[in-house]
Amino acid sequence: MTPALKIDGLRKSFGGLPATNNVSLEVMPGERRLIIGPNGAGKTTLFNLITGDLPADDGSIRVFGEEVRGMLPSQRAHRGLARTYQIITLFPKDTLEHNIALSLLGLSKTRWNAFSPLARYGHLYEEARRVLALVGLDALANRPVSEVSYGDRRRLEIAMALAQKPRLLLLDEPLAGLSREERASVKQLVSKIPRETTVVMIEHDMDTALDLAETITVLHYGSVIVEGTRADVVADPRTREVYLGH
Amino acid sequence: MKALGWIALAALAAGLPLYAGEFYVNLTSQILIAAIFAAGLNLLVGYGGLSSLGHASYLGVAAYSSAWLSLNLAMPHWASAPIALAFTTLMACLFGVIALRATGLGFLMITLALSQVLWGLGYRWVSVTNGDNGLSGLTRPAPFGINLDGATPFYYFCLVVTVFALWMIARLVHSPFGAGLRGTRDQARRMAALGHNVGLVRWLTFVYAGFWGAVAGLLYVYYHKYIHPTALSLTSSAEGLLAVIAGGSGTLAGPVIGAAIVVLLKNYVSAFVERWNFLLGLVFVLIVIFMPDGLVPGMKRLWLRWRGERR
Repeated sequence: MTPALKIDGLRKSFGGLPATNNVSLEVMPGERRLIIGPNGAGKTTLFNLITGDLPADDGSIRVFGEEVRGMLPSQRAHRGLARTYQIITLFPKDTLEHNIALSLLGLSKTRWNAFSPLARYGHLYEEARRVLALVGLDALANRPVSEVSYGDRRRLEIAMALAQKPRLLLLDEPLAGLSREERASVKQLVSKIPRETTVVMIEHDMDTALDLAETITVLHYGSVIVEGTRADVVADPRTREVYLGH
Repeated sequence: MKALGWIALAALAAGLPLYAGEFYVNLTSQILIAAIFAAGLNLLVGYGGLSSLGHASYLGVAAYSSAWLSLNLAMPHWASAPIALAFTTLMACLFGVIALRATGLGFLMITLALSQVLWGLGYRWVSVTNGDNGLSGLTRPAPFGINLDGATPFYYFCLVVTVFALWMIARLVHSPFGAGLRGTRDQARRMAALGHNVGLVRWLTFVYAGFWGAVAGLLYVYYHKYIHPTALSLTSSAEGLLAVIAGGSGTLAGPVIGAAIVVLLKNYVSAFVERWNFLLGLVFVLIVIFMPDGLVPGMKRLWLRWRGERR
């Protein structure tokens, strides 16, 4: 079976400092993979390399067998790759509905239409409302993002990614900064993502994240040091060394 | 209420030559030309978040191309106008590729540098531009046999072109492409991750803005029947940018109001006040202090507040 994501010998340095150091990993379709590691381990850099936000120095990134290194981030999105950001990146002045509409437009040829009014594309907003309903935000559809809670913004970020029906979804700390209740709500949302979507997630909240993931990759100083099932990783002395220092 | 406002505005514009003298009709023609120029630039500045200090390049090059074709090849306007527009738009295609390698201050400086090259050529490439003497002896077109030499027919010509230009620009702003453009202004990285080709959206907008700059350039040369390198100068670009910011960038009416302020101060107030540049600067500073978003959003806010207080 072709892996959903196959990375070989990926490298990225900032000046002389290697942020991603010969990383190789494989994620199979439908898998839930957790990427963990201490601060500065290169987790977000790895995501940025996969999505094309940062250009890689060397190595290969294959999404469902297709080499995407060298492609623009937008081209990668059209290959079924979607992501969320560690720091919420939305359109705060626009309504929740419009944020989802922008997401839907991203994969639609309609986005090049420079003549017909956007309001004419009613189906776009109908679909946006359907997606918002899936994440429980339909009641806030017409509110500007700046007026909704942090937890709702996190859910909106995930909804924007899910609206594109991605084949591979990268979630960068989806639970960061949330209250216990909000965390439970987002966790439930992530657990409901259909198996057609492969999920790779960075998360610091280990208890919650370990419930969601089947396999775990531990990064340290830009390199993969441990990989395996939850039991394998927890039992590995290198994981304890990285996290506890002994 | 809104419809009544539009009808009143249309009546006011259509009837202008009936109640205003030739000087004011000509002044309004200049405002209309400046409005097209500023509205095109506003696509970049207000909707794309790309401040340019080189938009006069398109106005100047279109004007020079049209003038050169008429003078040197005796080309009729029906042929020289589309060629000048096409040539200038092609130049915008090339300039866009160069300038959009950067954003923010870098973009501003590249557009400035490119326009300064053209401004220098305007002065130095004497065999083509006639240098500091400019190109004179030009004529106005006569579409469908209508002579545009008089102030009134030329005003109506400008009015028709301006209405069409603003309508086309409004269509783009309200279209899915326009929504994408605003998205690239607010969160370029996010837009790319959503599948929007940020670079291509910006480039197409750059070219489109250049095209409307060229249209303004044709009207400019028809109005003055003369073209001089000052049309390509930094001052010319800065006046456009000033009009956009003063009127309200990212609004459709803002650049029109801003263009009116700049043209009125430049052409009308300068007859009474020698230091009109000082006055223009002062007006701009006052707008920035009291209505930092520009006149149109500022007045709208005041109006809403007033209505709220009345209720």
